[in-house]
Amino acid sequence: MRRAEFVTAIILGLLSAYLMWKSGEGPEWDTEYVHWSNIGVNIDGSGPGKGFWPFYLALGMLVSCIWIIVNTIRRTSPPSQSDEPFMDAYAKKMLLFVGGGLIGFLLLVEWFSMYFGIAIFMFYYMMFLGRHPLFLSIVTSLVVPFWLYLFFDIVMTKIQPKGMRWLEDAFYNPTGEFFRSQSLITIALCFVISGALLALSARAARE
Amino acid sequence: MKLMKTLALTGAALGMTVAATAAQAFEPSKPIDFVIMAGKGGGADKMARLMQSIVEKNELASVPMVPTNKSGGSGAEALSYMSKVNDPDHSIMVTLNSFYTTPLRQPGLKVDNMAFAPIGRMAEDTFVLWVHKDEGISTFDEFLAEVKSRGNKWVMGGTGKNSEDNIITDHLNEAYGLDIKYIPYKGGGAVAKDLAGKQIQSSVNNPSEALGFYESGDVVPIVAFTNERLPMFPDTPTLNEASDEADFSYFMQRSVVGAPGMSHEAAAYYTELFRNVYKSDEWQKYKNDKSLMGDFVSQLDLADYWAGQIANHETILKASGAIK
Amino acid sequence: MEILAALTDGILIAMQPHNLGLAVIGVIVGLFVGALPGLGSVNGVAILLPFTFVINEATSDPASPMIFLAAIYYGAMYGGAISSITLGIPGASTAVATTFDGRPMALQGNADRALVTAAIASFIGGTVATVFFSGFAPFLSSVALDFGNPEIFALMLLAFATFIGLGGDDIPKTMFSIFFGLLLATVGFDTISGEPRLIFFNDREQTAVLEAVGMTGAAENVPYFDSIGWFSRGIQFLVLAIGVYGIGEMIWTINASRYKLTMTETKISFSRIMKAIVGMKDAWKGTTIGSFLGFFVGILPAAGATPGSLMSYGVAKMTSRNPKSYGQGNPDGVAAPEAANNSASTGAMLPMMTLGIPGSPTTAVLLAGMVIWGLEPGPRMFEDRPEFVWPLIGSFYISNIVAVLVNLAFIPLFLWVLRMPFTILAPVIFVLSVIGTYAAYDNMYDVWLMVFFGIGAYLLRILDYPLAPAVLAVVLGTTAEQKLRQSLLLSDGDFAIFYSPFFDRDGKGQEWWIAPITTWVAVILILLPIILWAMKKIRAKA
Repeated sequence: MRRAEFVTAIILGLLSAYLMWKSGEGPEWDTEYVHWSNIGVNIDGSGPGKGFWPFYLALGMLVSCIWIIVNTIRRTSPPSQSDEPFMDAYAKKMLLFVGGGLIGFLLLVEWFSMYFGIAIFMFYYMMFLGRHPLFLSIVTSLVVPFWLYLFFDIVMTKIQPKGMRWLEDAFYNPTGEFFRSQSLITIALCFVISGALLALSARAARE
Repeated sequence: MKLMKTLALTGAALGMTVAATAAQAFEPSKPIDFVIMAGKGGGADKMARLMQSIVEKNELASVPMVPTNKSGGSGAEALSYMSKVNDPDHSIMVTLNSFYTTPLRQPGLKVDNMAFAPIGRMAEDTFVLWVHKDEGISTFDEFLAEVKSRGNKWVMGGTGKNSEDNIITDHLNEAYGLDIKYIPYKGGGAVAKDLAGKQIQSSVNNPSEALGFYESGDVVPIVAFTNERLPMFPDTPTLNEASDEADFSYFMQRSVVGAPGMSHEAAAYYTELFRNVYKSDEWQKYKNDKSLMGDFVSQLDLADYWAGQIANHETILKASGAIK
Repeated sequence: MEILAALTDGILIAMQPHNLGLAVIGVIVGLFVGALPGLGSVNGVAILLPFTFVINEATSDPASPMIFLAAIYYGAMYGGAISSITLGIPGASTAVATTFDGRPMALQGNADRALVTAAIASFIGGTVATVFFSGFAPFLSSVALDFGNPEIFALMLLAFATFIGLGGDDIPKTMFSIFFGLLLATVGFDTISGEPRLIFFNDREQTAVLEAVGMTGAAENVPYFDSIGWFSRGIQFLVLAIGVYGIGEMIWTINASRYKLTMTETKISFSRIMKAIVGMKDAWKGTTIGSFLGFFVGILPAAGATPGSLMSYGVAKMTSRNPKSYGQGNPDGVAAPEAANNSASTGAMLPMMTLGIPGSPTTAVLLAGMVIWGLEPGPRMFEDRPEFVWPLIGSFYISNIVAVLVNLAFIPLFLWVLRMPFTILAPVIFVLSVIGTYAAYDNMYDVWLMVFFGIGAYLLRILDYPLAPAVLAVVLGTTAEQKLRQSLLLSDGDFAIFYSPFFDRDGKGQEWWIAPITTWVAVILILLPIILWAMKKIRAKA
């Protein structure tokens, strides 16, 4: 824990220094710009430059990091006194499976649309991390994205990513056309029926 | 790998069949992505949501039109998003003058604004110079005298830096030897409120933004930056009438554009759609109430109009030193 | 008296069956939209705007469409507390402060009490604000006009003064968190200089990296990283908030609970809820502070409901006899921000209706709605359109009563969420975080950033970095910086504009008192703990 505290403070300190430097940067297309010339409080009588506020904030971050490092060396903060590991084996494995799962989920969203991503992620999490029965995992990972699809894409017309073009043309366009032509009552009915299915399978799984 | 290839081929084939049907007459097959080049609640946003409401109310389109706000980087985000959409036939955008100025000011964007499909110009917004009634100013000459006597303590509020408001202020400073201090705000409403609260001394709000305070008598119009007097303010002269040597007018376009690469059939469809919006009673009423000008301009005429405006803005921005 | 008569008429119109029905539907829709992290009241109102045409055709009452939209807004304000308490994710910036004590209460098995407290405090806050609103609208709008750029900045400073109490005991880590949040708020496009800034890994840096690895001259065909797409829109509040609470805190909980199946033992019974309603008397203080403070901060344009709820939480904690109990599940800590954010949301309608400027994104969309309906909010609205204004204000009273009843009725349903096995609830929360972030900003870049922030937040959480100050600083940072720079632009870089009433702003020799008084109060509040701490040390030595 102590080493992690120390390393983190140093990384954050380096980040702060980079941000200080970055604040002094001019627009990319301006080749005549002199670095640091936008952090003054009154430039050409037109007030503070765009780098003024971020520069001093980054400086504040850097000072805080140095203070944290001092506290670590003097062992005055709780993490710097702790002998526990920063992350034990369980925590590392969990972060890998959950964090990695999330990143995989987002990649699926980029390529295969939001709702397919949700279905696969839900199934992965429930089946392999939650160790739920196969049947319940399948039903849940189909019903949840279906609900969200009806709510976001159809009722609220808050369109979610559709992934690659062929998937959209082959699957989402006909589906969307079908559901948009239905009445609100039909959609509510779809919602309730799929919910009942989910509740039934949950009950079956419990027994 | 083989699977991916097959999928890609299927995709290409599907794309081709879609393109083939589109050649006959375009009809949108999924919700239209309606991008707004400004944040929620601003002038452009209000207008875009009014257009959407008119489309929905009169059932002008067979699919929903879904507004999404992309306000980042003074339109940079919207322009670069539109250049990269994977389905240009279902992506349209509401634009303002940042459509010209942002690519000029941020060459790194690599956006060619003439590549966008010209669909229709819905209106041109106008600009009026406003001061608070307590300043006791009613003519442009009095305005010039008072501003000169105040030195650099005269403050003009406006929306954004190097924006429409800033261009007009720069023009006043340059043409009349003034030293007006320009403070950029995030939106026109905040400018109007600060003028009414005497936090700033003048503004060049659109009539729609200042109307409330004009009606309550808090702010007074001095000159309009148009070619003819505005019907709503018949007693307010244009700048060219108020000042002998002046030859200056400035407008803000309110246009709808299609994503670069939009097919001609789709562009024709959207032109027809927005022509109907333009003709609707709601739009005409809004245009009159808010003192908007300009007729419906579409297709090649709109492209010509843009070419002229882009050249014009390049000259203005070069003169003020905003670009090199 | 005139006002009272107009108000009575307004309430009667708002109570007509069609308007009452719309209020009920609007509140229910708003409650669910607000309870889903990400969707929130802004999207709820914006998405349902075109739907008002259907309503107008059905009722032909000019006030009905706005009553419906206002009811959604109201419902969403109540709903924000629900996701803060049950899921631990603040669905809107106004509900961040509610998580501080609402979440611990839920984890201790008192979720029902937290939800009841939030609902009733919201009701009281909303009603107090509505009474002020209907009585003193014209006067209050003139107060709002007196708040220019230096005044708003001073107010932001006051809000930051209340931050001091929010962090943990580790001072440098709290400071780091505040600075980091403020800095994140500066990323993207800068309104005042009209230029982008802090665009990480932009073309220039990409080229530099490529040259460093020996790919000189290949700049034309670099593997292009779209830095504009990633950062030009800035780092939005919900990206950080959902990342920290929906991902970071959730991973932390998964790790802490280690395979345990259920999260909390939550019982649902009518008698428990009744007991919770009676228990509201313990939270009267937070409710009172929130109702009044929230409203006065809310009416100031540009401030909005977030500083209102935050300051109320801070003040309730500061004036408490037992400040240590805050953050551990003190009902006052739920009541204060919830009363304040409802009160402030009603307050934020005031500058919108009387000055035509929105105090928050949602009121901006409501304003757009009014424009579509041919109403031009402005100083003359009360005189020119009474047939519209008074029924709308009347509907605030009605919506409030409807909202509290609907909310109480739905509490068992929301509690049921907490009884789900954690291995189902966790992926559902992840999914809602992703879809909610996308729904809020229509952008996959923001979703990626949200997940990266979440994983980073988890690592920092292990090391006791407090992250709530960063989340709040992102909300207030943009306004604070903008107002600071606008003021300094006005004063040619002279800070006297903030602390001296005699600073000449407009060449007319006027005196300005509001900004200096606010600034000095803030400075004293910031310095007070340091002085007390120093005095303690000196006394200990003596």
